[in-house]
Amino acid sequence: MLRCDNPPPGEGLLRVTGIVIEQATRRFGNVTALDAVSLSVAPGEFVALVGPSGCGKTTLMRVVAGIESADSGRIRIGGRDVTGLRAADRNVAMVFQSYALYPHLTARENIAVPLAMRRLSGWQRFPLLGRFMPGTALRRAAIAADVVQAAGSLGLGELLDRRPAQLSGGQRQRVALARAIVRHPAAFLMDEPLSNLDAALRVQTRREIVEIHRRVGAATLYVTHDQAEALTMADRVAVMQAGRILQVASPEAIYLDPQDLRVATFIGSPRINTLDAIADTAGRVEVSGVPTGLQARPGPLTLALRPEDLRLAPAGLPARVEGLEFLGDSVLMHARHTPSDAALVLRLSPEAPRPEAGEGIHLALDPARALLFDAAGRRVTLLDRIAHAPEWTHV
Amino acid sequence: MSDSIAAAPPRHRPLVGEALAGLLLTVPAGIAYLLMLLLPTAATILLAFTDYELGLPGFAWIGLGNFEELLEDRGFAIAFRNTVIYVGLVAPLSILLGLGAALLIEAGIRGRALFRAVFFLPVVSLTVAMAAAWQYLLHPTIGPLNAFLRTLGMTAPPFWLSSSDWVLLSLSAIGVWENVGYNMVLFLAGLTAIPRELHHAAEVDGARGWLDRFRLVTWPLLGPTTLFVLTITMIRSIRVFDTVAVLTQGGPNKASEVLLHTMYKEGFTFLRLGYSAAITLVFLAMVLGLVWLQTKALDKRVHYG
Amino acid sequence: MVEGSKRSWLADAPRLLLLAALGLLLLMPYIWMVSASLKPLDELFRASLNLWPERFHAIENYSKVFNQIPVFQYLWNGLVVCAGILFFQLLFAVPAGYALAKLRFPGRDFVFGLVMLGLLVPPHVPALPLYLAFSQAGLLNTYAALILPFTISVFAIFLFRQFFKALPDELVHAARLDGMGEIEIVWRVILPNAWPAATAFAIFSVVAHWNDLFWPLIVIEGQARATPALGVLYFRSDEAGDDFASLMAAAVIMTLPLVLAFLFAQRRFVEGIATTGLKG
Repeated sequence: MLRCDNPPPGEGLLRVTGIVIEQATRRFGNVTALDAVSLSVAPGEFVALVGPSGCGKTTLMRVVAGIESADSGRIRIGGRDVTGLRAADRNVAMVFQSYALYPHLTARENIAVPLAMRRLSGWQRFPLLGRFMPGTALRRAAIAADVVQAAGSLGLGELLDRRPAQLSGGQRQRVALARAIVRHPAAFLMDEPLSNLDAALRVQTRREIVEIHRRVGAATLYVTHDQAEALTMADRVAVMQAGRILQVASPEAIYLDPQDLRVATFIGSPRINTLDAIADTAGRVEVSGVPTGLQARPGPLTLALRPEDLRLAPAGLPARVEGLEFLGDSVLMHARHTPSDAALVLRLSPEAPRPEAGEGIHLALDPARALLFDAAGRRVTLLDRIAHAPEWTHV
Repeated sequence: MSDSIAAAPPRHRPLVGEALAGLLLTVPAGIAYLLMLLLPTAATILLAFTDYELGLPGFAWIGLGNFEELLEDRGFAIAFRNTVIYVGLVAPLSILLGLGAALLIEAGIRGRALFRAVFFLPVVSLTVAMAAAWQYLLHPTIGPLNAFLRTLGMTAPPFWLSSSDWVLLSLSAIGVWENVGYNMVLFLAGLTAIPRELHHAAEVDGARGWLDRFRLVTWPLLGPTTLFVLTITMIRSIRVFDTVAVLTQGGPNKASEVLLHTMYKEGFTFLRLGYSAAITLVFLAMVLGLVWLQTKALDKRVHYG
Repeated sequence: MVEGSKRSWLADAPRLLLLAALGLLLLMPYIWMVSASLKPLDELFRASLNLWPERFHAIENYSKVFNQIPVFQYLWNGLVVCAGILFFQLLFAVPAGYALAKLRFPGRDFVFGLVMLGLLVPPHVPALPLYLAFSQAGLLNTYAALILPFTISVFAIFLFRQFFKALPDELVHAARLDGMGEIEIVWRVILPNAWPAATAFAIFSVVAHWNDLFWPLIVIEGQARATPALGVLYFRSDEAGDDFASLMAAAVIMTLPLVLAFLFAQRRFVEGIATTGLKG
């Protein structure tokens, strides 16, 4: 599996348009917010930038937008080198977490601002008198038409003459989106736009945002701390932590094929199960003395398994059931790996037999889905499986 | 089961305790309010319709007599006019300078604490003491200002505080000096309350210049603050007393006479308390008028929901 | 504005220069006041533009002030009056503000209406009758006359009401569930939490009353109970504008306490005025 955070030279040439971030670094005193971060977003691509709070994703977004400047590195948008250019000159549009609508303007006027700023000169924008400047009327009419079109595509038609204070949270967000798309920007930046909405609205708006993205067709960089949002919306997901991008890949690859233990633990809910393992000199991987049937280079390892990749079995890893949670479509079983006392979560189908709390059980793993990471957290490739399998069943 | 619940004796009903506590807690303030504010104000209102003079035995109800006299009184007319001029000079200038100072301070990181302290100093300085300092500064013969003007070539620099042409202007300048810091602090608070994301959004939307961002974000969002500062400054200016009492006593020839100083003189120098009360009512009416204007403006566009 | 690294000194220069120019203009009275207080009178009369005195006369000027006027008496009076006013203001306003904010009792809205009405009336309006009353009661020239009229601060009541309104109701409910009586709640829960608003108001109140000339001028005669503001006025009238040097020294001495307090706790002051201003 290729790590995509540093594209090989040849591949870089294919991505001259869209957003290209090269080695962006930003320090605040002793804290390194961005550590030589590189990322590219192709035109029309939706890349979700996800990570825990404080990982630097908002800083990166601000650097791309031009609101903050990086200490070093280059930013290219739409084929132009925009490093050093201010936000107003970068041809980007941004949707902010709090929507940042101008409270004294109507929705219509809010959406018109980016167009007015760019198409009207300072004199034409002069309060009261600007209308009488030559050429203003035509331009204003064109702007009004564009506003109506953008608003219409988001279903805002009747709300255009209201002020933000008179709109609901979801409606305000649409106005913010309309303001962003009205300009047909080369890059579309979104900073946790769903975090202020309630849960039901969030799920619905997710789809709408993806729809808008497809319609607009610009390169979209979407920042979120919610990994479910990232997985469901993006073409590619970039996982970030402590100022570094750990992995950039498709959602499936991020989920099934994480290259770093931190990516594996951050993505996926419930959290992936991790167990301390060790590969002996013959390469056999064991967990607290129990063989797993996996083969890897000798050394200490971490074995990681998704909740759906563990099964109840007659023999295997010993554990003790702590509790069960009925979710409707599945059952989550919480257990403790007896030798190491590590917490484990299994996802069972509702029809499967459910053990009682306190019961001792054994767990088998799916070797095709087992993930091994070395002591430094890097993904380790599995060697050929041992032909001789212990007495427990694999699925 | 339900029987046992119904039979359980009720505990003390907290609502009675709450109401009683509420009344008890308000009573001390209420008494002070009554004695120190309500009754005296009512008394002032009543006094304004009498001809009471301190030292004279009786007094009579004279209805609107005092107010009629006020209308005829040239001295009062001058005081009224002077007060209006003073407010008209001090309010706009101190607001503009206060806003300017706040914007400048907010625009960068360096020196914020220092300049904030410098601009705010007049507010915490003893007004009377600073008035004395101004008297020295503006002194026609030994004052540094005129000394400086003389070095520039002016042979007869003005008598700032003793010339009827200049005195009101000088007092207004001192008034601006006194109020700039106060307004600056209020504007600073208003500026920091503007969410930073709005400035970012304006940047991304294409507001390049400082003027663009000021018109799009800063000025509209300062609306409530600006209105508040305007009202506060005007009320503070109407209340001008200290500088007049210390520096000019209303002279020369009533050129710097102002409302409150006239009220003070009528009441405590001439002992015409009824008349003085009438002046007080005019003063009160002006203040109320200003507050009413502010409330009207508040109903309109200044607050965006 | 692009955030990030501090703008270079060059880019910041126009702003700093402008601020410095304005600041210097504002500091002129102070600079000259201090300068004059250090000079002998004949030097003052020469009206030179030198800030630094040719002959250092500070000791003479300042000692004249201390000899002629009871400086510490005035400062002490100012302290007593401001502290006394503040004490009573808080004593009355904090409970009332809490009651208006969190408790339901008959007449609450009426009381709040009175508070709002009181905000409109400047302190100069009740002055005349209060003077008459104090005069009748023989209370002129006392601390009582200086303190009592200001013990009711509707502004403080309004401020504390707004502040307490912002406190979560659950605080009071939890205390009630714990079995605390209403008065106990005020003592144990509300007062400790009132600290931020109290300090903000305290600053506002002290600045206002330290500076007040109008009321002391009305009720005080003579030096015994004169406040600093009145003291400076007396000194000026006595000197009839002749000895400017010692007058400036007196001005410096009387201004110094609050200025020092301000410089020491600068941020608190500015925050205090801003909070009270914007809430009011």
